[in-house]
Amino acid sequence: MARYDAIRNIMKDVEDELVVCNIGLASRELYEIDDRSKNFYMMGSMGLASSIGLGLALAKPNRHVVVIDGDGSLLMNMGSMATVFAQNPDNLTWIVIDNGAYGSAGNQDTYAETIDLVEVAKSVGFKNAYNYEEVNLKDIFYSADASFIVYKTDIGNSEAPVIDLDPITIKERFMKSI
Amino acid sequence: MDSTEAIYNGLKDADIDFIVSIPFTNITELVEMINEDDEIIHVPVTREEEGIGICAGAYMGGRKTAILMQNSGLGNSINALKSLMELYEFPLLMIICHNGAEEEDTSFEMVDSTPRILKAMDFNFFKPSNPEAAYDDVRLAWDLSEEEGKPVSILLDKNYW
Repeated sequence: MARYDAIRNIMKDVEDELVVCNIGLASRELYEIDDRSKNFYMMGSMGLASSIGLGLALAKPNRHVVVIDGDGSLLMNMGSMATVFAQNPDNLTWIVIDNGAYGSAGNQDTYAETIDLVEVAKSVGFKNAYNYEEVNLKDIFYSADASFIVYKTDIGNSEAPVIDLDPITIKERFMKSI
Repeated sequence: MDSTEAIYNGLKDADIDFIVSIPFTNITELVEMINEDDEIIHVPVTREEEGIGICAGAYMGGRKTAILMQNSGLGNSINALKSLMELYEFPLLMIICHNGAEEEDTSFEMVDSTPRILKAMDFNFFKPSNPEAAYDDVRLAWDLSEEEGKPVSILLDKNYW
């Protein structure tokens, strides 16, 4: 199972939650699977999906935010683990789809291939750090602390087309939906 | 109105209510004032680029955002400023410590480069030399940033403080 099916499974549990999605194929696949105004498709700033999600969660404490991130992107902004843990917004669920590869850039290996990201998150201090298979995602959304979930998948990209929305439209419809 | 109050009052009158920061010596007192202000959410960050992302999210959540950082941080955040903030037209007020080589043992190369980099990025900036000018510039900078849909900076060098 690759990223596409992981996103499809995640979206089965998403109803009213706000979703911030990682750059590249992850956003394109989400757009094809379940486009909705409550999805923010991030383009051009690899690594920052979790930061955008954190800012949103802190600004909107009454709305739940789900970040769909990738292992390569997490490694690019690992400081975010410290900041999210320290701020600990209980309305943030950070899901890292870990295929051990830079999937949107040619499938080169990431270092996550040999790193257990759940153990990293636990050692940072996250109380809710789990592999996807271990938890019911809906319960995790509404737990009392920020959550960090790793969803291990195989390498592989779908044929999902480029998103035919311009960035301003993505932002404006997202903000209106909040 | 001293140099710190001018920035704080400018931020308040611009209705800035979400601030991320990387420390620099001159803003210690400003950060204390921000931390005591219940209307402002303050998030210390590990790196400037991360702070830019947090501000983008907070803006979509209805907040008016600013980042406090050193000019070295401009180098750490250029892609996020273009490919996130300008791409999606997010406003952002950037308060940048612009100390030079004679005051610090770091950032020497960034001093001359900072205004040139901002110009090359097609971002407006102000360089106030006294508290009265800074108070006006902070408010103007936020309005300009909202109007343009991209970051606007305030450069504060040693002489300002």
